[in-house]
Amino acid sequence: MAENQNPAPPTPAESNTPSTGDIGSSPESVPRSPVRSLLRLWPYAREARWRIFGSMAAAGLASLSVLAVPIVLRGIVDGPIAHHDLAGLWPLAAALLVLGLAEACLFGVRRIIVARPLAKVETRLRGDLFAKLQRLPISFHDRWPSGQLLSRATSDLFVMRLFLAFPLVFLVVNSTVFLTGTVLMFTLDWRLALITLVPAVPLMVYTRRFEAGYSAASRLAQDQNGDLATVVEESVLGIRILKAFGRHRTMAEEFRRHSAALRDTELRKAGLLGNLWAAIVGLPELALGAALATGAVLVAHDELSVGTLVAFLSTALALRWPVESIGWLLGFAAEAASAANRYFEVMDEPEPADVPPAPRGAGRYPHSGDAPADDRGIRFTGVRFRYPDAPAGTPDLLAGIDLHIRPGETLALVGATGSGKTTLTALLPRLYEPTAGSITLDGTDIRDLSREELRREVAVAFEEPTLFSATVRENVLMGAPNADEQRLARALDTAQAGFVDRLPEGLDTEVGEQGLSLSGGQRQRLALARAVVGEPRFLVLDDPLSALDVHTEALVERALRQVLSDTTALVVAHRPSTVLLADRVALLADGRITAVGTHQELLQSCPAYRALMSGESELEGALAR
Amino acid sequence: MTTAVAEPALEEDDLLPAAADDQDIPVPPGAPRALLGSLLAPHRRRIAVAVLTVLVQQATLQAGPLLVALAIDRGIPALRDHDAGPLIAVTAAYLGCALVATLLQRSFIRYAARINQDILLDLRGRIFRHAQRLSLDFHERYTSGRIISRATSDVDTLRELLAEGLQELLMVCLSVGYITVVLCLMDWRLGLAALVSFLPMYLIIRSFRRRSQQVYRRSRTAVAALIVRFTETMNGIRPVQAFRRESANNRAFDTVNQQSATATADGLLEMARYVFLSRMTANTWITGVVVLGALLVSDGSLELGVLTAFVLYLRRLYDPIDQLAMFLNSYQSAAAALEKMAGLLAHEPSVPEPAEPTPLPAATGKGREVAFRGTRFAYANGKEILPEFDLVLPAGQTTAVVGATGAGKSTLAKLLARFYDPTAGTVTLDGVDLRALTTADLRADVVMVTQESFLFSGTVAENIAVGKPDATRSEIEAAARAIGAHEFIAALPDGYDTDVRKRGGRISAGQRQLVAFARALLADPAVLILDEATSSLDVPGEQAVQHAMQTVLAGRTAVIIAHRLSTVEIADRVLVMDQGRVVEDGTPAALIAGEGRFATLHQTWKDSLV
Repeated sequence: MAENQNPAPPTPAESNTPSTGDIGSSPESVPRSPVRSLLRLWPYAREARWRIFGSMAAAGLASLSVLAVPIVLRGIVDGPIAHHDLAGLWPLAAALLVLGLAEACLFGVRRIIVARPLAKVETRLRGDLFAKLQRLPISFHDRWPSGQLLSRATSDLFVMRLFLAFPLVFLVVNSTVFLTGTVLMFTLDWRLALITLVPAVPLMVYTRRFEAGYSAASRLAQDQNGDLATVVEESVLGIRILKAFGRHRTMAEEFRRHSAALRDTELRKAGLLGNLWAAIVGLPELALGAALATGAVLVAHDELSVGTLVAFLSTALALRWPVESIGWLLGFAAEAASAANRYFEVMDEPEPADVPPAPRGAGRYPHSGDAPADDRGIRFTGVRFRYPDAPAGTPDLLAGIDLHIRPGETLALVGATGSGKTTLTALLPRLYEPTAGSITLDGTDIRDLSREELRREVAVAFEEPTLFSATVRENVLMGAPNADEQRLARALDTAQAGFVDRLPEGLDTEVGEQGLSLSGGQRQRLALARAVVGEPRFLVLDDPLSALDVHTEALVERALRQVLSDTTALVVAHRPSTVLLADRVALLADGRITAVGTHQELLQSCPAYRALMSGESELEGALAR
Repeated sequence: MTTAVAEPALEEDDLLPAAADDQDIPVPPGAPRALLGSLLAPHRRRIAVAVLTVLVQQATLQAGPLLVALAIDRGIPALRDHDAGPLIAVTAAYLGCALVATLLQRSFIRYAARINQDILLDLRGRIFRHAQRLSLDFHERYTSGRIISRATSDVDTLRELLAEGLQELLMVCLSVGYITVVLCLMDWRLGLAALVSFLPMYLIIRSFRRRSQQVYRRSRTAVAALIVRFTETMNGIRPVQAFRRESANNRAFDTVNQQSATATADGLLEMARYVFLSRMTANTWITGVVVLGALLVSDGSLELGVLTAFVLYLRRLYDPIDQLAMFLNSYQSAAAALEKMAGLLAHEPSVPEPAEPTPLPAATGKGREVAFRGTRFAYANGKEILPEFDLVLPAGQTTAVVGATGAGKSTLAKLLARFYDPTAGTVTLDGVDLRALTTADLRADVVMVTQESFLFSGTVAENIAVGKPDATRSEIEAAARAIGAHEFIAALPDGYDTDVRKRGGRISAGQRQLVAFARALLADPAVLILDEATSSLDVPGEQAVQHAMQTVLAGRTAVIIAHRLSTVEIADRVLVMDQGRVVEDGTPAALIAGEGRFATLHQTWKDSLV
């Protein structure tokens, strides 16, 4: 009885992903018993439990009806045929037919009753994983490449569902059938039974040992496959560089090396598989040959009827599958256990604590009018931060930030590349949590707000503008789902995103991975529109104009200045033009705010700032040339 | 603030339909089959040997029941007459057959794996090399994710078919064939009865194939939608969380998740239907044949042993029906994969190698002259980016190209680097048409540094060495120093040996650009193209690069494309482009002094510095 392989979800290219070993809580590092891992599936499988038990019962009965067939055959051979009594043939033939139909129905039923419930189990597991991943902090996502997560959501869940549908059922059923069949063989003739059973034990031991060797080779092959995928991925992502330097041959060599290594491993797997099949096919056949000879001798000496011999041989044949299958069923169970481990490894990640959102209308969030003037706006106090994976011995990226952005003020944050500007902005919507210190919005510590509330108040435009597979309208309205057409139009206007009118479907054009691809500048403008559409009270813009040309940048700036007039905003700036948007500028260096003031003040008073923003002497020199 | 340049009508990278499906690559009819044929052809002889092995193996394996019949009909009566000879012979034959079948099975598996792996190695290599040969316009349309899945998961699908499917199909066919022949030889009446069962079986299989094909398509679409939604959310987790998209996403994911569950369950139900129908037919037939056989035995026209063997065979005959269904399933996915791979392989690069290459004149150490003559460029959809265009860049000159997005600056650079070929006219290097140069010659002399700065996995040093694979460490360091990248590299945990994909290897966009510069410098080209290569640098970084450029660009022809005017300062000549045409051309000083667009732009920029 073979199980269908449903169209397997495409295995994601485990591209550019460090192998699981690289990740902190690797499943291999904590050896867990496979049974315990699989038991964790119980809460999910619970609602399908009666169906699964029913499936087991149906499969068990079906297998038993298969076992009963030889008995009926014996009846036919030893009864009606031997005695030339055709009248006795019909009831036995009817029994044979009933058994056959029962087998067909039961095998059908066994699949039918679990099909929908198990698909639902898989769906729930996947939905829960997806929701969990969205709740996990950014620092988690920094550690885990999305390919690793995707393989958990697809192939691992597939393996788990298959386990519940098939190996689980047949581990139970086949053991039962094997025991029943063995008892049956002993009742038919104990001598033949002994002869037939001789290879069963070494066979089970051998398949177990095979599993160990084979799974090691499989893992190696998987890793090599991943390496190969990485080479392919890099060769495609870096195609411009490879072409620009004419280096595709070096890459092809690398590719050849990896695929040859993979081939060797695959051949080793085939060698192991060949041995296994030889043992599986060969040993029982040899035993059967011996049983046949012995049986014939016994029949010749009238110690056994021909019918019994026929029944015995049929039974022995029917038992081959249960015996052969035990090994790989266990192997599959182990694989499912490791899939479950990989799944729960993510599900067990601690979620960041969150205060429950306040009931609507009764926000704990004080409106600016209520707070003492000094507390209003955004205040960073002694904020420190280091990435959890930062090498030991390096200083904190942010080492005590004290900064106050007054209400309605726009503050530009400048600093050299790598000084932590982007990191600082990510602390405000709590995408990362400070290692120490506090941040307050109008006097309220952001940790006292639910993330939901906080992120409603603070809008962000990221340096890397991400659009989702949705229409332009949906992408922009992410910033304020309830905004009307007017506000939408105003936001697009601010971001100089007039190009959307010329898209094939205007605002309803699908963009993102599955739609129209937009240029970096266009994406950046949409991301900006998304940030301002909600007219948020606090706005964070991370170098929002970097991909725009000078002209568009100027237009956006002019429009932004209006928006920013009554918004409290933090703007990361690389260039003087962006700095001009701000009322004041803060300079970030060595993890601290080293200077705050207007652009003019800092240009005059702060050499470091001057160097960062211009370097005018050199420029003048160049111009004079 | 003056509006110097009109908003470009449409940006140049606009509206390239980011193909959501594979329809944009037409698959020539018959290409999948031709691909399969060309993959199998070199192994014809070995495949024949493999088939022969299975043929003999099945013959020995299927002899079993026949020998059981002999043992019952001949061995036992002879033994009763105290002649052990026939039984011993039959037993020996049984054991011998078992042994031979076993050994042949083992060698077949190994032998077939070797053929399979050679085919896959060939296929993987073909896809990889082809993807590398295809020109950039193709790579811009066909997303990287799809090429990657062509070379990985699609090949895997085919591997599954080759490794399990085909092998099994071969065995199934042979065993069915053998058994049918044996049955007919043993008793033609019973054999005929068994043969008739093939008709309903065929109908059942055909209906399964049709129905499951539809379910399979639905399931594939559902899984693809699921993967897109999932990947997009995880890759964009920052905006997702910042804009509180979690619950909206959960709802959207739930929809695709349910669709996938429905399709999965439908597939399982199709399988259940198939198993039920085929088992039902098989078991009914077995009963029928047993009754017929019993009648024949009882009227003496059939031996008992033959009937036994017949029943044993009959059960074996129907055993592989389930495997057939599995084969059909994996065949479906493999056929789809094969089609996609064939489509990719049938796509010819639009920038081909010359049939008879022309060598370049010997290098002078002063760079090379670049000339565009009557050059035009339009996308395949007819949208013209560069109307007829003439331009000569003398050897050694540094030219800056400015203009709004969509003015055609990048197209100019890509034509010069021969990422595209012009629609009309020529681009020449020291008088030689780029199309007449070998890739090796062209790439040795013309190097382009772009805005995107991808790092390959490996160390920083290895990434720089892409520019010159045989470079020594001191050459690499010298290049890094020249461009001002040495300081940050030295400050990385392992310096030049820091793995860029490992912990602590966080390298910012600006730093990546410095690495890209160092790489280009190491390559030491005669013509250097910088396409917005400093966009991610901060002002001091950009200045350091520019400072370095003044020495680095000596003895090279250089084209610098920039949004930022600061870059222009080091140029000998400035071109202002608008809608594919050069509207201003002169030295920076002359243009600044004039009243054109450049002067206005420059003034705006100067204002921002104060």
